[in-house]
This record gives sequence, C-alpha cells and structure tokens, in this order.
Amino acid sequence: MFLGRVVGTVVSTVKDAALKGQRLLIVQPVKPDLSNTGKRLVLLDCTGAGPGELIYWCRGKESSFPFLPDEVPSDGTIVGFVDELHIHDLHQQRGR
Amino acid sequence: MLIARVIGELVSTHKHKSHVGRKALIVQPLDLDGTDRGDAVIAFDAVDAGVGDRVLLVTEGFSAMTSVGRPESPIDMAVVGVIDVLNLDPLPGTALAHLK
Repeated sequence: MFLGRVVGTVVSTVKDAALKGQRLLIVQPVKPDLSNTGKRLVLLDCTGAGPGELIYWCRGKESSFPFLPDEVPSDGTIVGFVDELHIHDLHQQRGR
Repeated sequence: MLIARVIGELVSTHKHKSHVGRKALIVQPLDLDGTDRGDAVIAFDAVDAGVGDRVLLVTEGFSAMTSVGRPESPIDMAVVGVIDVLNLDPLPGTALAHLK
C-alpha cells in the first residue's frame, strides 16, 4: 500500500456500469515525511475519505475486493485513513 | 520479493474491515548495497517484524493476502520474513558462470 493525500474529485457520467455510485478521488502520493512524490492519480474509495485527508491506498486487482460481490473495474482504491505515522530514525542502523 | 527495512508503524482507526487487527508497517525497500530503492510503502506484517528489522517484502496481492491470512481483501504488500544474513557474490554473474 502507499500513502497519499486527497487533493480533488472526478465527476464522470458516462462510465462502466459497475462504477456507478463510486467516488473517484484525485490523490497525490506522499512520502512518510508527507512531502509529495510522483504524479497524482485517480482512485476509488471505500472509506469515505474527503479532500485534504491523509490516506493509504492499494493498487492492482486487490483494489476491487472491497466492493465484492460487485466486480468493479478498479486498479487503485483508498482503503484506510492515516491517523498517525510513527517513523523511527534509523540512520545509525542503516547499512548491512 | 524485495529486501526492505522497517522504519515505522502506521496507525489507522478508520479502514477496510479486513485490515482490522493487523499491524501496518512503514517499510523502505532497499537495494543490495543498503541504499533506499524508491519511496517507503505500507505493508502488513505476517511475521511479527519490528522497527529496524531488515525484511522480505512481497509486493503482489495473492502472496500478501495469503501470508496475512486475509483472502479476498485489499492488501497488496506484506512483510513475509525477517532477514538474518545476506550473502552476496562480490562479482555478480560469476556465481552462475559454471552453469552455462
């Protein structure tokens, strides 16, 4: 899974029937220090996330599983809110 | 599978129900020389790994779901092993040269 921040929404009227009623959100992937990384992308949502929310999302076929038994054509879905990130300073332990 | 280092933990209360009761780790994939390989990711823990451990990371759905014991759930990454020792041939390619 990857970290991201919700930065927008997509409205689509003509779409796959299984996508009807699904929320399409624009997400900016972020690093654990919350700085941006990579390009923004469109994700489905199974959590009710809103703009500005820090979330984590999952990619691939697995991202359609929250909607079972509906077969939703998703390749990326928001699967949880991020409440806290505990990052430990490991620079002393780095290396092999 | 990738070699990675556990660098932290993620706390989430509102998430997919299949994620409840599973420890979510922040994991930094590593190259063989120990340097970072891309950005850190979120992976569920299948082996009780802890912060600072060097681990084996699967980045594909089926292996991640089955190792965590949550089939048909939105999980695409899991920590499936803790690495004790890593032996690397200093000259890549030479170890398999005799097979040709």
